[in-house]
Amino acid sequence: MVLGTYKEIVSARATDKEIQNVSQDGGIVTGLLAYALDEKIIEGAVVAGPGEEFWKPEPMVAMTADEIIAAAGTKYTFSPNVMMLKKAVRQYGIEKLGTVAIPCQTMGIRKTQSYPFGVRFLADKIKLLVGIYCMENFPFASLQTFISEKMGIDPTLVEKMDIGKGKFWVYTQDDVFNIPLKETHGYEQDGCNVCLDYTCELADLATGSVGSPDGWSTVITRTEDGNSIFQQAVETGVFETKDMANVKPGLDLLEKLAAQKKDKNQKTIDKRKEMGLPVPY
Amino acid sequence: MSLIDRIKQFLGFKAKPDKEAKADEGASKKEVKKVAEEKAKPRIGYIHLSGCTGDVISLSENYDILAELLTNMVDIVYGQTLVDNWEVPEMDLALVEGSVCLQDEHSLQELMEVREKAAMVCAFGSCSATGCFTRYSRGGQQAQPAHESFVPIADLVKVDCAIPGCPPTPEIIAKTVVALINGDMDYLQPMIDLAGYTEACGCDLQLKVVNQALCIACGTCAMSCQTRALDMTNGRPELNEDRCVKCGICYVQCPRSWWPEEQIKKDLGL
Repeated sequence: MVLGTYKEIVSARATDKEIQNVSQDGGIVTGLLAYALDEKIIEGAVVAGPGEEFWKPEPMVAMTADEIIAAAGTKYTFSPNVMMLKKAVRQYGIEKLGTVAIPCQTMGIRKTQSYPFGVRFLADKIKLLVGIYCMENFPFASLQTFISEKMGIDPTLVEKMDIGKGKFWVYTQDDVFNIPLKETHGYEQDGCNVCLDYTCELADLATGSVGSPDGWSTVITRTEDGNSIFQQAVETGVFETKDMANVKPGLDLLEKLAAQKKDKNQKTIDKRKEMGLPVPY
Repeated sequence: MSLIDRIKQFLGFKAKPDKEAKADEGASKKEVKKVAEEKAKPRIGYIHLSGCTGDVISLSENYDILAELLTNMVDIVYGQTLVDNWEVPEMDLALVEGSVCLQDEHSLQELMEVREKAAMVCAFGSCSATGCFTRYSRGGQQAQPAHESFVPIADLVKVDCAIPGCPPTPEIIAKTVVALINGDMDYLQPMIDLAGYTEACGCDLQLKVVNQALCIACGTCAMSCQTRALDMTNGRPELNEDRCVKCGICYVQCPRSWWPEEQIKKDLGL
């Protein structure tokens, strides 16, 4: 299945205005982690928080909804969140842990859970893994190239970055800039080019803007736990939802992009195998 | 609640909800029961070579299941301090902790004898599997100045499976034991493959992942490192060689070294 195994797919957004204002799209990750904290489903969450340099995120342990909201928004460069999970459990004493992860990070977490050779007493403490769709990720220097060189903007003025409609977008207080996505090609980390997972197929639930209208996100619930936590949040009014059949651009676009990633990267995998280079799958 | 159910609950995993898996589980439960009834319990030996005893301590941290495991599910037939038996008997599984010292005749002889008598030899813990920190040994120390060369047991005997870790976690030990008793070869396959991974180092991340265009900045290696020898710098692992014990765990846990997709989906019910 091109979207992985799932229980339900809906279009959704957080009803909280504060979250809507700071979130990338529908505020699903922020809203759900904050809800899970409030409901004590989790005691803390590892998120990609602000770092010392502008737009260079650092993994951080958020213990309150405010800290989660402060970390809202997509960062288009590395935040090795997985390395923070052990710290969250050992140093913050968190027994029930949530996190947000892109597909490759999710793979690292799930592998550790199924085969915990060297990581003690962590596997059973991860209670909520919110996945985000991901086509590729960029080294920080690539982002600097897009913003400083190609667009000629001071990175400290950037308020939001986004990818959509075939373009890489940068928002400042007064202006909107973009470059065609084609111009970003070759700047992604090469490790992304053997990844076949667009929709975070091993998360408890996965989300991203693709398929939904502006300000909304497409949510795919996958595991029993992921599905029930999301349903609870919807029933409580944390999220409002729309049937995917009634939204534009709709599920077709999500399926198309997921298939594109699989096809393109399968070719890279085949080529690597021909050259005798290792591929884990 | 059956023993297997309790073990699963202890490990925090639910059985796959589909019918096939349920049938499997039913069959394996029956199998375990049958095994218990017939008293044909797997005979296990514990061999302690050059290691710190941390691996067996980690094994014993499975408090919840240990008594039942040792009483009803397996027979420990050989092991220093565990069994009053100085002759190496026939056994189904030999767990070998520690690397082997080439200057220690007793260790060499014991390892050879164990290989002869055991159907399966498991390199248990990183010293046995990769040499781990004993790789740094250079001899010239009391009380045995001649004891200089320590190698993974696979350098001398055929090893059937390896459980690396410094030490391996209580959970992986419990999961392996459950898989062994259930005959779950799918789960054990990575351990069988890892028997060949004997030259480990934190620099494997650079050589086998970053150099091979496979690193994706997830941070799993840095989390897994048991000696905090790894940090992430600009999205890539950075090794502090002074802290690395060459246990191999960072590379073993990396999602880009080997990828157990089917097992993960089974564990998640996906």
